[in-house]
Amino acid sequence: MADWPLFEVFVRSKHGLNHKHVGSVHAADRRMAIENARELYTRRNEGVSIWIIPASEITASSPDEKEPLFDPSNDKVYRHASFYKLPKEVGHM
Amino acid sequence: MYAQLVETGSSKLKTLDEMSPEERQFQERINDEIKIEPKNWMPDAYRKTLIRQISQHAHSEIVGMLPEGNWLTRAPTLKRKLQLMAKIQDEAGHGLYLYSAMETLGADRDEEIDKLHDGRAKYSSIFNYPTLNWADMGTVGWLVDGAAIVNQVPLQRTSYGPYSRAMIRVCKEESFHQRQGYQILLTMMQEGTDDQKAMVQDSINRMWWPALMMFGPSDDNSPNSAQSMAWKIKRHSNDELRQRFLDQTVPQLELLGCTAPDPDLKYNEETGHYEFGEIDWQEFFDVVKGNGPCNRERIEARRSAIDNGAWVREAAVAHAAKRQSRAA
Amino acid sequence: MHNVAQKTQTPLIAYLLRLGDSALVLGQRSAQLCGKAPALEEEMALMNVGLDLFGQARNWLTYAAELEGEGHDADHLAFRRDAQDFRNLLIVEQPNGDFADTMGRQFLFDAWHVHLLDGLTQSSDPRIAEVAAKSLKEATYHLRRSSEWVMRLGDGTEESHTRMQRALDNLWRFTGELTQFDEIDQAMFEAGIAPDPEILATRWKATVEEVLEEATLVRPSYDTWMYTGGKVGHHTEHLGFLLAEMQYLPRTYPDATVW
Repeated sequence: MADWPLFEVFVRSKHGLNHKHVGSVHAADRRMAIENARELYTRRNEGVSIWIIPASEITASSPDEKEPLFDPSNDKVYRHASFYKLPKEVGHM
Repeated sequence: MYAQLVETGSSKLKTLDEMSPEERQFQERINDEIKIEPKNWMPDAYRKTLIRQISQHAHSEIVGMLPEGNWLTRAPTLKRKLQLMAKIQDEAGHGLYLYSAMETLGADRDEEIDKLHDGRAKYSSIFNYPTLNWADMGTVGWLVDGAAIVNQVPLQRTSYGPYSRAMIRVCKEESFHQRQGYQILLTMMQEGTDDQKAMVQDSINRMWWPALMMFGPSDDNSPNSAQSMAWKIKRHSNDELRQRFLDQTVPQLELLGCTAPDPDLKYNEETGHYEFGEIDWQEFFDVVKGNGPCNRERIEARRSAIDNGAWVREAAVAHAAKRQSRAA
Repeated sequence: MHNVAQKTQTPLIAYLLRLGDSALVLGQRSAQLCGKAPALEEEMALMNVGLDLFGQARNWLTYAAELEGEGHDADHLAFRRDAQDFRNLLIVEQPNGDFADTMGRQFLFDAWHVHLLDGLTQSSDPRIAEVAAKSLKEATYHLRRSSEWVMRLGDGTEESHTRMQRALDNLWRFTGELTQFDEIDQAMFEAGIAPDPEILATRWKATVEEVLEEATLVRPSYDTWMYTGGKVGHHTEHLGFLLAEMQYLPRTYPDATVW
């Protein structure tokens, strides 16, 4: 079997930012996956750090679960700063 | 255009009323410009059409490395060699971005590549033409990448999320390709010898019509377009894009001081567009069916690279397994 | 036709040509692999190595041309010299062969290149130190990659092991040039421009031994017969063809001054 498995690639584009999903690569093992990801996704200085994870290891939420998973937070307005009305005199907070 | 004649399986559009509730919801989402993501429900025909279109696009990038690779070892200066190598490397990268987007649809890259190698999958007709002189490296960048960009820019807004994101990346990186090509031609036309100038004109004579053919058949001969447009995996008609390309290219041609091999090419003051002669569609369909000058060589080159590499890929898998069992 | 063998060639120029020509010729070998890699991901990597090497060649040859002071540039040196004026190591001009030959050649060269560049970062010549520092980062990555491939192929399948061992046995006779040194190497060392060739040889051997052992490969003897001559312009038959292809345009259109 010559086929190389698929790995998902996450790149931290600069210090202080989160790793962000950028795509996938094929590789024989994790080490090669890191190298292949470096060759493919950071050719133009796009990254300072790479994570790879076998695509088969990813669990994603299903769109059917969108409402139970995400709608409840829609009405939690108190999680947003704009919920808290303060007098003008307080200034920027 | 890197994807030509993509079969959608339907030449007649369904109205919203004729659709199942799921399909209607899907179509409304597209109408509202909300991206379809891998885990969203999608009609089987949409999935299959996209796999065909994206894989065709990816195959084109990979096969497209070959006509340029043909001159990489003969690039005349170190600067040109570096530029060309970086460009070809980008093309390999673009192929990989696209295969990666395609795999989110559940397609298997190796299977799709097998289809390319046994003639079941298509790639852009343009890469079946030979590159015969150094100026072809300029013309490929200017006309071929130019035509590709005209096609790809609107695809950044295509309805399928991973495809759209891949196209954004591709367009961003590709901006230097066309300029690189045009500069090769301009340098030779402005500062070159008579031999070099003749090389440029010869190249344009050979590449002009095949570049116009890249956009695919004219609209009245393009049965799949309506469905692709409704799904927003195609955003403008072939003729519209071809006209856009021509309008931007002819002034560049004139600036070079070269001519197009088309006696009917002229500017129409009233419409503000260039008019051009009849495209030889027989030639286009011949090339698409496998009877272009280089179809056999291109496929053979790709197939032998992958076949000859089988023992290498196997060794890497075997080594990974050994390492893992030692670690365990 | 350019002939550097005469007049102006100081030991420093000769040394820079060795550095530049080896990078150039190995870069050209990677360019020949375009579209032929065993996996699509490898296309990216092979071309990255090629890009690095051509960039390095341009830096070394630009400096050599400046020192020559005859108004030439790096392109003139790359495209207008004939084989006997090239000073690259013989190992880099060997054909690509199969992927084991390609990676074996790359590894044996990288293992030497990294230690050499590391030494050159301390060069008394600031220009050399600067180019070396940039090149070292690239070469370190090349070595990491080529040693991994040697290990994968050496300790992969039976077939890949056989091929890798055969490649190593074939290439070994060209490694003498990596560990032996002549009066130019010695002069550069004494001037503080280049590292101690004996230390370089020791380090090269250590890296090679470590990787070959991990790769379950048998290291051929250091005392076997070695094919040398690249550093003084005595090449194998392969270089002429490589240059014929690479130099085709400037040679066919000698009047063209720009491209």
